[in-house]
Amino acid sequence: MSNTHICPTCDEEITLPEGTVAAELITCDECETMLEVVGGPDGLTLTEAPEVEEDWGE
Amino acid sequence: MMRLGLFHSTIRAEEKLLISSAKELGVEVKLYDIRKINLDPESFVVDFDVALERSVSTTKGRHLVRFLEGLDVPVLNSSSVATICEDKFLTAMVLHKANLRQPKFAMVFDEQHAKEVINDWGGYPVVTKPTIGSWGRLISKINDDDALEAIIDHKMVLGSPEQKAFFIQEFIEKPGRDIRAFVVGGKVIAAIYRDSTHWITNTARGGQASNCPLTDELQEICQRSSEAVGGGILAMDLFESPQGLMINEINHTMEFRNSEKPTGVSISSEIINYCIESQNVKN
Repeated sequence: MSNTHICPTCDEEITLPEGTVAAELITCDECETMLEVVGGPDGLTLTEAPEVEEDWGE
Repeated sequence: MMRLGLFHSTIRAEEKLLISSAKELGVEVKLYDIRKINLDPESFVVDFDVALERSVSTTKGRHLVRFLEGLDVPVLNSSSVATICEDKFLTAMVLHKANLRQPKFAMVFDEQHAKEVINDWGGYPVVTKPTIGSWGRLISKINDDDALEAIIDHKMVLGSPEQKAFFIQEFIEKPGRDIRAFVVGGKVIAAIYRDSTHWITNTARGGQASNCPLTDELQEICQRSSEAVGGGILAMDLFESPQGLMINEINHTMEFRNSEKPTGVSISSEIINYCIESQNVKN
C-alpha cells in the first residue's frame, strides 16, 4: 500500500514515515497545517487535525 | 506476554515513545482510539491486562477511566488520582492537608473577595488560573487592581460558570526557571529545569529543558506529593523559593517528549515497566 498522500489543505505530496499509525499527528512541510492520520478500511488517509479544545493538555 | 491497552485520542510523540518502549520490553500494545469506541459495558470486550489512559482530552480520559474501573479493569492512572490532579484547587487542598510547601492560594467568586485575599497576602503580583486546564492556557499574572478588574469582568460577562470560580495563587519569583519532575510509582525517575525568559515556563510554551539533579529535597517533596494524591504516573511542577522547593501543580497524563534526551532517562520505559509491575501486583 502506498505511503504517499496528498495534503488536504495545499495538495502537497506527503510521504508518511514507516511506523506511522492511525490518530498520529503530522505537519505538512509545505503549508505547516497540522494533520491527523486517519485509519480506514482502505488504509491510512490524511485530514486536518482537530482544533485544540479547552480541556486538552497533560 | 503482557497486553497493554493504550487508550489515546490523537497520538503524540509521547504515545509513539510508549509504543516503541513497550515493543522493546516485550509488551503487546493494543491501541484504542477513545473517540472511536463505545463505552457500553454490555458490549465492550476487555482483551488486555492493564489499561494506560493517554487521552489529550481530560474529559474523555476521565469518562474512560471511570468506565474501565467499573468493569474492574486495572487502569493507570486511577480515577481518584485523575480527579485530584485535573483540578488545581483540589490538588492544592490535598497538598495543604498533607502539609506540603506550595504557593499561597485561595478560591474566590467575585472581585471584592479577590481584592481582600490579595490585600491579606501583602498585594500584587498574583496569578489566576483555571482550575482545569493545561499548557499554561488562560493563566494570568496580575500586577495591579486595573488588571484584576479587567480579567474578572471579562470572565463574569463572557465565561462559563466554571470560569467564574477564581483560583488565585501567590506569584513566586523564580530564578528564570522552574522544575518538572517525573514520578512513577512513588519514585522520582528524572527531572528537568525549564528555563524561560517568560514567567510561564511550560516547554509547550517555549521553555528550554535541561537536566535537573535529583537532590534529597526534590525527592522528598515529590515522594510526599505523590503519596498525597494517590501515586501512579505523575509529573510535578516545582518552584525554587527562598524557603525551599515548593510544589505547584501535578499532571496525571504527562508529556515528556522534551525530557528524555536532557535527562538520559527513558521515561517511556519507566512507565511501561510500572504498568508491568501493576499487573504483577494484581496477579
